[in-house]
Amino acid sequence: MDHNQQHETSHKPIKRNEMTRRQFLSYTLGGATAFMAGGAIIPMLRFAVDPLLQKKAETAFVKAIEEKDVTKEPKSIDFKVHQVDGWYESDPKLQAFVAKDDSGKIFALSPVCKHLGCTISWSGEEAPNLYHCPCHGARYTKDGKNLKVAPKPLDEYQVKVENGWVYLGPLESNTRV
Amino acid sequence: MFKGMYNWIDERLDVTPMWRDIADHEVPEHVNPAHHFSAFVYCFGGLTFFITVIQILSGMFLTMYYVPDIINAYYSVDYLQHQVAFGVIVRGMHHWGASLVIVMMFLHTLRVFFTGSYKAPREMNWVVGMLIFFVMLGLGFTGYLLPWDNKAYFATKVGMEIAGSVPWIGGYIKELLAGGTIVGAQTLTRFFAIHVFFLPGVLLTLLAAHFFMIRKQGISGPL
Repeated sequence: MDHNQQHETSHKPIKRNEMTRRQFLSYTLGGATAFMAGGAIIPMLRFAVDPLLQKKAETAFVKAIEEKDVTKEPKSIDFKVHQVDGWYESDPKLQAFVAKDDSGKIFALSPVCKHLGCTISWSGEEAPNLYHCPCHGARYTKDGKNLKVAPKPLDEYQVKVENGWVYLGPLESNTRV
Repeated sequence: MFKGMYNWIDERLDVTPMWRDIADHEVPEHVNPAHHFSAFVYCFGGLTFFITVIQILSGMFLTMYYVPDIINAYYSVDYLQHQVAFGVIVRGMHHWGASLVIVMMFLHTLRVFFTGSYKAPREMNWVVGMLIFFVMLGLGFTGYLLPWDNKAYFATKVGMEIAGSVPWIGGYIKELLAGGTIVGAQTLTRFFAIHVFFLPGVLLTLLAAHFFMIRKQGISGPL
C-alpha cells in the first residue's frame, strides 16, 4: 500500500480524495480479516478476564465467640466461613484477635500484617503487649495502630453482638486509630 | 504511526527481505479459485492450519480454568462452560475445531493424493504430512479424556483395549499409556501432559518442516 501511495503522490500534484482501487481492496481485506480474527479472539479475552468481572460474594456474619469470654487481653479465635472458589467450595478457617477496649466495646482485628501479608501474633517476649509480625518485624498496638515497618493499621472485622454471642462479618479498614 | 515504527525497526534490522520471503510469493493460476473455481480444493491445507491456530489459542485459554485431576477435572470443565462468560464459545471452538481439523486434514490429504502431488520430489513432505496426521489423531485421543465424564472415560478404556491388542507388546503399551493398570488419576495427568506439551511440540516442529518444504519446492504443477 505504501508503495502505491508514494507512487501516487510523486507524479500527481493535484489532490485526489478518491480512494484507489488497491486501497479499497486492502481496507476491505484488512477489515474482513480483523472482523474474523476479532470474532475468534474477543470471546477468548472475555473468557480470560471473567474473574475480574464476576460478582463478588458478600461475606455473611459468622458466630465466633461468646461475649462473656472476651477480655481486655486480645484473644486469638478461629471461625469458619463458607468460600466459593470457582468450582471448589470449602469452609476455610479464618483467624481474628478479639478484645474489649477500655469502654467495654468489643472489636476484632485481622491477623494479616499490612506490610506484606504475613500472619501476626499477640504479645510474647519480643514484643510485650504488642502485635508483632515474624517476617519483617512489624509492630502494632492493641488497637492495631502500626508502630513499625507496616504502612497501615490492621484491618478490622465488622462486629455484631447478639444474644450473648459475638458475630464477625466482612473486613474493613481500621476505625480505631 | 505503525509505518514509522516499522521503518524504525526496518532501518536497524532490515526485516523487509525476510518478510518478503515469507509473505510475498506467487500463487500459480491453477491453484487460484479466482481463475478456476474448482481450485478451492487447494485451500484445505491452509484451512487445516487456520483451525490448528484456533485450536492452539482456544486450548491455551481453556487451561486457565481446567485442572487435570480426577476430582476436579469434571467440575472445572462444568464451571468454565456454564459460569464463565463465553465459556460455551471457547470450549465450543476447541470441541468442534478438533473434529473439523481432522476433516480438513483428510480433505487436504485427498487433494494431495488425487493431484499426485506426493510424487517426486515431494515424497518427504507426504511422509511429514502423514506424521502430522498421526499426531493430530493423538491430540484428538488424549484430549477426549480430559473432561473426565463418562464418554471420556469409556472412550479411553476402548482406546486402551485397542492398544492392548497389539501382539506381544500390547500389554506394555497399554500400561505405559495409562500410567498404571487402570484408567485413573495417573492416566488423566499423563494424557494432559501429552495433550498440551508433548504432541503440540512435535506438531509445531512437523508443521515447520511441512511449510519449509512446500516453500522450497513450490506447489505442484497443474494436472
